[in-house]
Amino acid sequence: MLKEDELKKGPNLYTPFLGTTTGSWRLLRPVLDRARCNNCLACWLFCPEGCFEREERAVTLNLDFCKGCGICVAECPRQALALVEEGSDDARLLER
Amino acid sequence: MRAYLNGNEAVATAVRLARAEVVAAYPITPQSTIVEKIAEYIADGSMAADYIRVESEHAALAACYGAAVTGTRVFTATSSQGLAYMFEMLHYVSGCRVPLVMAVTNRGLAAPWTIWADHQDAIACRDTGWIQLYVETAQEALDTCLQAYKIAAHPEVLTPVMVCLDGYVLSHTEEIVDVPDQEAVDVFLPPYRPEYAVDPARPIVFGIGAGPELYPAFKHYQHQAMLRAREIIEDVDREFAALFGRSYGGLVDPYYCDGAEVVLVLMGATAGTAREVVDDLRRRGEQVGLLRLRSFRPFPVAALRSVLAGTKVVAVLDRDCSFGYEGVLATEIKAALQGANVPGTPEVAGFTGGLGGSDIRPEDLAGIFRRCLEAVRRRDRGESPAVSGGCSENGKAEGINLWLS
Repeated sequence: MLKEDELKKGPNLYTPFLGTTTGSWRLLRPVLDRARCNNCLACWLFCPEGCFEREERAVTLNLDFCKGCGICVAECPRQALALVEEGSDDARLLER
Repeated sequence: MRAYLNGNEAVATAVRLARAEVVAAYPITPQSTIVEKIAEYIADGSMAADYIRVESEHAALAACYGAAVTGTRVFTATSSQGLAYMFEMLHYVSGCRVPLVMAVTNRGLAAPWTIWADHQDAIACRDTGWIQLYVETAQEALDTCLQAYKIAAHPEVLTPVMVCLDGYVLSHTEEIVDVPDQEAVDVFLPPYRPEYAVDPARPIVFGIGAGPELYPAFKHYQHQAMLRAREIIEDVDREFAALFGRSYGGLVDPYYCDGAEVVLVLMGATAGTAREVVDDLRRRGEQVGLLRLRSFRPFPVAALRSVLAGTKVVAVLDRDCSFGYEGVLATEIKAALQGANVPGTPEVAGFTGGLGGSDIRPEDLAGIFRRCLEAVRRRDRGESPAVSGGCSENGKAEGINLWLS
């Protein structure tokens, strides 16, 4: 929670302020097949919410702000990303 | 220096003296000559400001908002349809606590299309979170613009200010205006140095997204700041008076209200006419007064109660209408007095008139006072005191241009 003197100056905060996540608005979830990823970073470049982290061998996802727009899936040249419906059997299988 | 200025030129002069650094506006009658004059100042080198040309009023306020958060003193002006077009951005600016100053040259709203004065445009923006100050003269327009920069940027206020002046009646009517010296204004208004501003070295997000757990807290403090502005407006008016020798009463401007049986409450330039009518009626022994409301938001409840508590009838003249109810100011005055919870609360009679530039003549105001004084006499005789409808002395305009709401 913010302090009173921060609240008094208005909703203007130094970055990174990530107090309100929007991932729960998502209906579709991108899932990554790490075996197919060659770390080309197209997804990292195109994601409008900055959900992809650069790592040594393959990207990783932080879905706190992912709205499931599917841009990463469309841009991935190796079909390493796919969308699954949240709450579907596919999603549940992936969660195991 | 004394100069012969109309209201719009007085505003432009104030903006030059305030050393505004960025101006963005879209032309709209009867505001246009404010920013045309500012453009002249910039062109002839007497004002060092960037003038951003934009495609609409929405863009004008968006540009000013962007410029202001970089830590510059900013100005814009609009009117009527232009103000309506800004509506979305009005909330962004006030919500982000950006201390902008904007002149609103009051004009009625279409339809029917009109370019002439009433207060419907600004009144319709009552709940946008902007401070609204209504002025009576070109001199007050100049002085209030200077005060507005000080009020808006006060660290406990951080709220934008609309300086509202009646279209044509003030905007295009010349009067002798005392133009303060630049040196004195510089003392009153030091350079704008906000506590924080956009700085690439330390990124900041203006207007974050806030969920239900956070949103109300920002709105709570925005409201608190607006309430606090009541004291700041008075302080700034006093400070201005000490430096420049002119005061406007801060929130309210009472005229012969002490011991008055009937007080007329209104905003804007009509007060000039009302003062003459009050003088005339006072000479004839009638206990009448005028209360010019200067600050519509924040609404000066305590100041209004203390002035109006001892009166018998309060007449309110609105240059606006909340269709299906009554004049907005009438509702607000009633609410303020109701909350006072004192015995003998005066009757409030709301009149709506002067819409779309229709004249409010001395005889119209005299008619309002006469109706209210008749009600006082009935009250004194123990009869029902209700103020009756119709208020034009010659009966010509009765019920059409001016009505009991």
